[in-house]
Amino acid sequence: MPTVLDVNGLSKGFTLHHLAKEIAAFDEISFSVAAGEFLLLKGANGAGKSTLLRTLYRSYLPQAGVIRFHSDHGPIDLARAADVDIAHLRRTEIGFVTQFLTARPRVSAEALVAEPLRLAGVATPEALDRARAALETFGVKPELWPAYPTTFSGGEQQKVNLARTLILPQKLLLLDEPTASLDANARAALVARLAELKAHGTAVIGVFHHPDDVLHLIDRVVDLTPNAIREEVRDDVAF
Amino acid sequence: MTLALDAPRIVQTRPLLQVQSVSKSYSDVHALRDVSAIAYPGEVLGVVGESGSGKSTLLRMMNLEETPDTGSYTLDLPDVAGNLFELDRFARRMLCATRIGIVYQNPHLGLLMKHSSSGNVAERLLVAGERSFAVLREKATTALEASEFPLERLDAPPIELSGGMQQRVQLAKAIALEPALLLLDEPTTGLDVSVQALVLDTLKRLQQDRQITMVIVSHDLGVIRTLADRVMVMRRGAVVEAGLADQIFQDPQHAYTQQLVHAKL
Repeated sequence: MPTVLDVNGLSKGFTLHHLAKEIAAFDEISFSVAAGEFLLLKGANGAGKSTLLRTLYRSYLPQAGVIRFHSDHGPIDLARAADVDIAHLRRTEIGFVTQFLTARPRVSAEALVAEPLRLAGVATPEALDRARAALETFGVKPELWPAYPTTFSGGEQQKVNLARTLILPQKLLLLDEPTASLDANARAALVARLAELKAHGTAVIGVFHHPDDVLHLIDRVVDLTPNAIREEVRDDVAF
Repeated sequence: MTLALDAPRIVQTRPLLQVQSVSKSYSDVHALRDVSAIAYPGEVLGVVGESGSGKSTLLRMMNLEETPDTGSYTLDLPDVAGNLFELDRFARRMLCATRIGIVYQNPHLGLLMKHSSSGNVAERLLVAGERSFAVLREKATTALEASEFPLERLDAPPIELSGGMQQRVQLAKAIALEPALLLLDEPTTGLDVSVQALVLDTLKRLQQDRQITMVIVSHDLGVIRTLADRVMVMRRGAVVEAGLADQIFQDPQHAYTQQLVHAKL
């Protein structure tokens, strides 16, 4: 399968100006992921798993290294790409599921889920139909579809979040603990959707507290624990 | 700094707005120092900074209300060429009336408070040359409707309306001619939280449905976070940092931006 992402010598730390302090997150990470591959990031709390995902998405600015993403437009280094290009890739090729929904005041659950489709050019009625189907898949009750998710429980918000982020197939999907706060049915729906996306060719990089749910999908593991053997094939891994 | 003025590698579209190396001093006060900004079509650029940072001065320059000591300003639009700061008063007025909309923090700056609300919107259309009463009425009503203004109050003067409603009239006036650029100067400051949410939602919807390029100035980081794709941080007349909105809020690089983000969140 073609390579989707080549990460080489990636390092990230934070400068806290008010403490005059540098905090290292991870150093010299290298790995790659191919289309249809599912890569698990593992490591203790604080090993930098979420930081790595955010750096790949460019919510965090890397300090050194290359993130070569093979986009539909050709290879591009996400570490140095212009903001406008990153914004474009986020709309079209790179998805990121975080643990939290960014709800907007006065925007309904179905409108939030339909938004990525509308921005991709799908007509509003069709986008809403597909959004409702996605909400149903993740077990959000129909009476909540037109309601504002700002007041939903954490679990219901996370279902809306998943429906929204996974509605469009992406080339690269980043998952930061997507099963946190989900009930069993929603977890099953998520795993089924991830299997579908993987089969469709989406490259997935994920952090899971309890990877048991997705064990059968994982192809490789990257261990961020300092001094660990960085990359392992899936068969050698004990979770 | 990631305020990349170099050509992007994927998005080939040219920026709609380019402000380059603008400086302005009032006697010995440097209001703007070598400020550059770009906004791509359909993008929302947020400008944050404390009072006196120069953000409102920059916005007024984008609305051609002020001319800098040095620097240039271009809009990539048909029939609009060259450095806009070099236009004469009449050309500036026509350009602002037809291609640029603005919503001020203070509705008194943008509205005739004793004229009817629909009349305020129609005035913008009149400046652009529209003369048919029926068309004026229809277009003003459509713009007010898009701004979610209650149509039964079309004839009410802004002075009789609440702050949130006055902002909707300003917004209707600003979008009546479908401008390419919408400038927003603290559009929700002073409004209560629920009204603020309504105005933000209307702005977001307008931006998504009509792909209007927006520049929004606010000291309220929540407002910027809700609306902006990219953010520029200003301090003492200069840009200290610029980047994608989530990057500025999650991984601010400059000491001042860190101070600002930590103070607000």
